[in-house]
Amino acid sequence: MEEFTLKTFIFYGFALTTVASALLVVTVRNIVHAAFSLMVTLFGVAGLYVFLQADFLAATQVIVYVGGILVLILFGVMMTSGRLEMRIHIERGQLLLGGAVALVLLMLLLTVIANTPAWKNRIDDGTELPPTTERIGELILNGPFLLPFEVVSVLLLVALIGAALISRKEVRD
Amino acid sequence: MSGFRTMFANPGFNISEGFFPNINLQEKLNWAEEFIQNVLIPRLPEGFAAHFPVELGTMLVMFACAGIFVAVVPLLPLVLVLAERKVAARFQNRTGPMRVGPWGTLQTLADGVKLIFKEDFIPPQGDRFLFLLAPYVIFACSFAVFAAIPFSQNILVSDFNIGIFYIMAISSVIVMGVIMAGWSSNSKWSLLGSLRSAAQIVSYEIPLGLSILTVVMLVESLSMSEIVASQSNGVFSWLIFRSPFTFIAFFIFFISAIAEVNRTPFDLPEAESEIVAGFHTEYSGMRFALFFIAEYANMFAVSAIAVTLFLGGWEGALPGYDILGGMPGFVIKTLALVFLMMWLRWTLPRLRVDQLMNLCWKYFIPIAFFNILGTGVWGLIFPEDTLVSIIISCAIIYTGLIVAYTIAGRVMAQKPAPQPS
Repeated sequence: MEEFTLKTFIFYGFALTTVASALLVVTVRNIVHAAFSLMVTLFGVAGLYVFLQADFLAATQVIVYVGGILVLILFGVMMTSGRLEMRIHIERGQLLLGGAVALVLLMLLLTVIANTPAWKNRIDDGTELPPTTERIGELILNGPFLLPFEVVSVLLLVALIGAALISRKEVRD
Repeated sequence: MSGFRTMFANPGFNISEGFFPNINLQEKLNWAEEFIQNVLIPRLPEGFAAHFPVELGTMLVMFACAGIFVAVVPLLPLVLVLAERKVAARFQNRTGPMRVGPWGTLQTLADGVKLIFKEDFIPPQGDRFLFLLAPYVIFACSFAVFAAIPFSQNILVSDFNIGIFYIMAISSVIVMGVIMAGWSSNSKWSLLGSLRSAAQIVSYEIPLGLSILTVVMLVESLSMSEIVASQSNGVFSWLIFRSPFTFIAFFIFFISAIAEVNRTPFDLPEAESEIVAGFHTEYSGMRFALFFIAEYANMFAVSAIAVTLFLGGWEGALPGYDILGGMPGFVIKTLALVFLMMWLRWTLPRLRVDQLMNLCWKYFIPIAFFNILGTGVWGLIFPEDTLVSIIISCAIIYTGLIVAYTIAGRVMAQKPAPQPS
């Protein structure tokens, strides 16, 4: 039995918040409520990253997902939908398909969890890992991930220009 | 090492150790744990000591520290609100509040008491839960920012390795609170205000982040304490003077920060003449006061960040002159920037939406990218900060200012083209 420390207590707090709010995201009727509980989920995940001593990743998670993408989602919801109470109708075929996809995803995640070495003593073995920022910078800008990084940035640029083109009606004539 | 530790370790506290205790959370936690293990537990009765919850004790100490902080920081808005009203009054040739207390100094306190007793109105058609939650989201996020700001040599709640990045992440959550408030009020003014605010904050976060990046590139660290430590050699080692690009970055940062905290000339989300009061139209009483406190706390926070990043933080203008750990100097510099914000607010008219977005996307973002490129080149030419590099940098800044002044003078001397009326 693992010793019950303050750290584990906070960890389970984060884990519980993450899972509970994630459940709310998919069960709540009101889309805006779903979006806001997604915020809590993303925060919880950021907290879990902190427990994995990935501080840079945690801050990035908050800044990109909460500060950027979630705001976009909310914008979309508020701008487009007149009625917020959604009663989504699910047919049997969709249910089967969705269940299959979820099952495959679960298997995939379980495989990853099983095959990750040192998974068990990662959370609370007392050692403090060195800060990650510098290593991430080295890997992205001076290491094996330079090419993917550049390719992704070009992809984003293309998406940006595409979005500008689509949103400007006079260009399309 | 820390004043706090010696204060408790030996009863005779030596004041020469430093007047202000070291509020470094990590150290404090270690200290608390040590204190409980070595001092408290041996003195407890046998049976009780074995079960003493050390972790819980540590956590209580942590909460106490946070509590002190959360209790002190709201005093800032109390002063700043009065300052704002006094400054506004002077700009308009008035005297401002004069009745409550000497020179009206207790006016904010009186207003605070009044706000507590006001009706707490909740829109019946709105979303009750989110309406109640929104002020706390904004309030919590604006206060979480203060955790990473080094107020002096010794007062820094947590010295994160990713300090400035953490500040950006937390302050980007404020916009969620704004949207929450605007949407749950079920009022078109609130919704319009919150959408404007969200668009503005998301847009201006880009030049803000990019201008921070120039500083990070020169210091090669995200930690706030290391950023301050790199500016310890007097006024010319402050990052604003270290390269011409950081000089430009400072202005981009400061103007974007004004836009981030929704102040005039960028106060479209709260434009009284257009949308009543923006996202907090429907709020009253203490909930409104929370927004108000958060706004002034934000104002102080962005000024403090600007001071830390560009103007030397708590380091004095002369090397070694850090009176009381540098805190007075830090506060004076920050308040000077706050005053600048108030000055701008009562001088400039409000921008239009298109002007606001043009300024951000067509001017600030390209200039900020140019800055990053320039800082990279500068770092290649001068890998170390030497006397030569600082002299060259200051010379370029000086020349640039003169050229800008001349061009601005020429432009202003021209007769304005007749406006179609």
